[in-house]
Amino acid sequence: MEDMIFYDRLQFAFTITFHYIFPQLTMGLSLIIVYYKWRYLKNNIEKYNDAAKFFMKIFAINFTMGVVTGIPMEFQFGTNWAKFSELTGGIIGQTLAMEGMFSFFLESSFLALFIFGEKLMGQKLHFLTGFLVFLGSWASGWFILATNAWMQHPVGYEILDNGKFVLENFSALFTNPWLLPAFLHNQMASVVTSSFVVASIGAFYILRNKKTEYGRLFLKTGVVFGLISSVLVAFPTGDWNAKNVAKHQPGTFAAMEGIFITEKAGAEIVLIGQPNMVSKKLDNKIAVPNILSFLTYQKWHEQIPGMDQFEEDELPDNIPALYYSYHIMVGLGTIFIGVMALALFFLWRKKLYNMKPLLWTIMFLVPFPYIANITGWYTAELGRQPYLVYGLLRTSDGISPTVSSGNTLFTLLGFVALYMLLGLLFLVLVGKTINEGPEPQTH
Amino acid sequence: MEIFWYVIIAVVLVVFFVLDGYDFGTGIIHLFFAKTEKDKEVITKSAGLFWDSNEVWLVAAGGMLFMAFPTFYASVFSGFYLPLIIVLWLIIFRAIGLEFRGQFKYQMWKDIWDASFGVSSLLLALFFGIALGNIVRGVNLGGVDNGVSAHEGHYFFLPLWDSSFSPLAAHPGVIDWFTIIIGLISVVTLAIHGANWVILKTNSSINKKLKGVIFKLNIVLSALTIFSLFVWQLVNPNSLDNFMHKPYLIIFPLIYLTGLIGLFFIKKIKKDIHAFVLSTLLIVGGITSSLASMFPVLLPSIHGTHEHLTIYNTAASEYGLSVALNWGIIGFILLFVYMIIQKRLMGGKVDKMDYGH
Ligand code: HDD
Ligand code: HEM
Ligand code: HEM
Repeated sequence: MEDMIFYDRLQFAFTITFHYIFPQLTMGLSLIIVYYKWRYLKNNIEKYNDAAKFFMKIFAINFTMGVVTGIPMEFQFGTNWAKFSELTGGIIGQTLAMEGMFSFFLESSFLALFIFGEKLMGQKLHFLTGFLVFLGSWASGWFILATNAWMQHPVGYEILDNGKFVLENFSALFTNPWLLPAFLHNQMASVVTSSFVVASIGAFYILRNKKTEYGRLFLKTGVVFGLISSVLVAFPTGDWNAKNVAKHQPGTFAAMEGIFITEKAGAEIVLIGQPNMVSKKLDNKIAVPNILSFLTYQKWHEQIPGMDQFEEDELPDNIPALYYSYHIMVGLGTIFIGVMALALFFLWRKKLYNMKPLLWTIMFLVPFPYIANITGWYTAELGRQPYLVYGLLRTSDGISPTVSSGNTLFTLLGFVALYMLLGLLFLVLVGKTINEGPEPQTH
Repeated sequence: MEIFWYVIIAVVLVVFFVLDGYDFGTGIIHLFFAKTEKDKEVITKSAGLFWDSNEVWLVAAGGMLFMAFPTFYASVFSGFYLPLIIVLWLIIFRAIGLEFRGQFKYQMWKDIWDASFGVSSLLLALFFGIALGNIVRGVNLGGVDNGVSAHEGHYFFLPLWDSSFSPLAAHPGVIDWFTIIIGLISVVTLAIHGANWVILKTNSSINKKLKGVIFKLNIVLSALTIFSLFVWQLVNPNSLDNFMHKPYLIIFPLIYLTGLIGLFFIKKIKKDIHAFVLSTLLIVGGITSSLASMFPVLLPSIHGTHEHLTIYNTAASEYGLSVALNWGIIGFILLFVYMIIQKRLMGGKVDKMDYGH
């Protein structure tokens, strides 16, 4: 039983982590492509159209990856989490089915037109199809977050005697107080990723001294979008999410902030420290008093419950991983704001294009927004433990009753092997596209 | 309300098999008949432009099944665990085969992805047929052994095969001689469908030859169909009951028959689209006849200990199903609008289309 749960969780974590590498770029990049297309419509300068087309190539490869890794996600609810699907399908089935109906159809119908149809349609229609692709991908984020929000903070349901959740109020699924903050934060975070990708390719062209005209354009776009989205990710959206967790999942909040013992008045904010689960304290701690209380409740001396206030089986089962995930996300977020603010400052002073160290930094920073996004999701998902549906359905009660751990391990190994291959192909193909670079329009 | 969603999901599934079916069929044709590089390129293109939007129908069917019949979704997906995951892997190989072949000009690179596309399409067609075979044959619900259930009565687990390969075994596996036959029917049907698609969508040099291929495959298909009717009776003796009680259901087998007979005249058919419609009828008729023979059962139990899974004992709540209908209608209207726009802009032979990468 224990190892069954373990492999199921590992497989889900592995496949969703891999899946989420791609949609975060899809959602953010579609916004930037629409932006380039719009600039081109307005001022008719070819380089914007070239830029849009170039990123469309990367988008297409990325999108294929997102689709092929997304389909296993949908089916895994049934294969590995059958009991969970049976009990909650009447509710989260709604949002998942709506995602297919309203976003995937939209996205895939217009993507083909956007890629192949520029000559057939003319510029205005081409812009419109691009915009619809963007709309589809963001709608997809909306529905998947509605699904997740219900798992984090269940609303609009009723539980029958046989344990089944039935839907009682459909609109509650979309007015869930967890949804809007999570959606906005997540979408901003995906814009962060795509801005860093765009900026990084720009820095690469400038440093390599090839295609520098495009390099400058990309760098500028990346830095401006990057700074705006990095700020929005932290404030107000990140802060808003943190308040939600403190309010609705207080045990999770204590664990992710690393508060072992409730302080009488005013909780401190931990900057550095390693959770020691034996002595129940943080080793090598550096913390600033009272800040956490202020950030959460705008009162310096508000009490925040620590982990000592909760039963052990109500707290997340992997507290150190949760704590690190959260601190890595927030730490990286702070660094992103710093780097992008610096870059914008030098851009404004017209010095950025010659500042090698900063360009190198921007170029090599590209994996980190991905890491921040993934650790953000680990914060959400590890924090929800030991529940699948917070407070109502335990993870151990959700797995498939008839699938043995040997079978799950077999498929897990298969997914690992296959995804390694996919990852390699992705890097090769994107590398090739970047190396070739945007091509000026030939008439 | 259950019946309503049953019909909607059946329609979405049938559309998936008609649309993505030609992609699988194209893969099979490509594997066995495409010889020159020019043909290979055109044929992969005829599938490559569309597989993504076609596959969404599968995603939609999955989502709707989850929403409307959660117990069935949970039971079937965990019970057919291994074949399902293998299908997911094959779908990945199919997709990357189509998408990546054109990325480099090296012959070796193209050969790898051609094989990936062709072989996975073939296996997928086989597996989809096998899946249908399993559904009509039924499974050991509850894992009953000597009257004792191993788990709840609406769950089961099937190994890939049982050493006897017999559909009548106490614990049948996914693959047995009956399901293999249905699998072969599916392969042949989709190959015909794919060949029609290639003829319809391309000017490739093998189009003439493909008509002969379709003719021969159709003979094979007729033989398999007749044979399967007999074994079907053996495996599921109740399969004609529904047709006796509700004679109008005969329309579904008739649809199949129209397609089958029509395709014998393939060489005389002037318009390519007519041949494609005939193979579409094969798919539509084949799936709907199987479903009609079982209704309202979704998955039969092969013993009396636990009841069949039906649309009634696996459905979500009445309220859930009816709100979903509201957004479902809006969704389908939008979908038809997209499809009309897409077809208006992307009709015609693919040879001339400007392939972005
Ligand atoms: C570029 C990525 C990125 C960055 C820099 C940040 N986040 Fe984040 N965060 C995410 C990417 C992310 C995410 C992947 O988008 C998550 C996962 C679930 C969600 O809705 O968004 C998330 C979730 C998430 C949660 C919810 C955890 C839960 O549901 O239990 C909180 C409290 C924060 N974030 C708070 C912050 C704060 C205060 C940040 C300050 C800088 C911050 N995040 C930066
Ligand atoms: C928004 C849609 C999502 C839904 C509906 C969802 C749902 C689930 C489910 C059903 C599980 C299995 C049970 C469990 O161990 O908790 C799970 C686990 C997990 N998910 Fe998510 N997930 C979503 C998004 C994500 C994303 C985007 C990531 C990461 C990139 C992620 C990371 C994880 C991890 C790491 C686990 C394992 C947790 C553990 O082992 O304790 N999830 N999620
Ligand atoms: C943070 C969580 C997630 C977000 C924001 C997200 C978003 C997206 C987006 C934008 C796409 C379009 C393809 C692409 O861009 O790469 C996609 C594809 C897909 N996702 Fe996810 N996804 C998430 C998690 C999940 C989960 C948990 C599932 C399981 C139900 C899932 C199922 C799918 C499927 C089936 C596809 C393929 C759709 C198609 O055929 O077009 N996703 N996802």
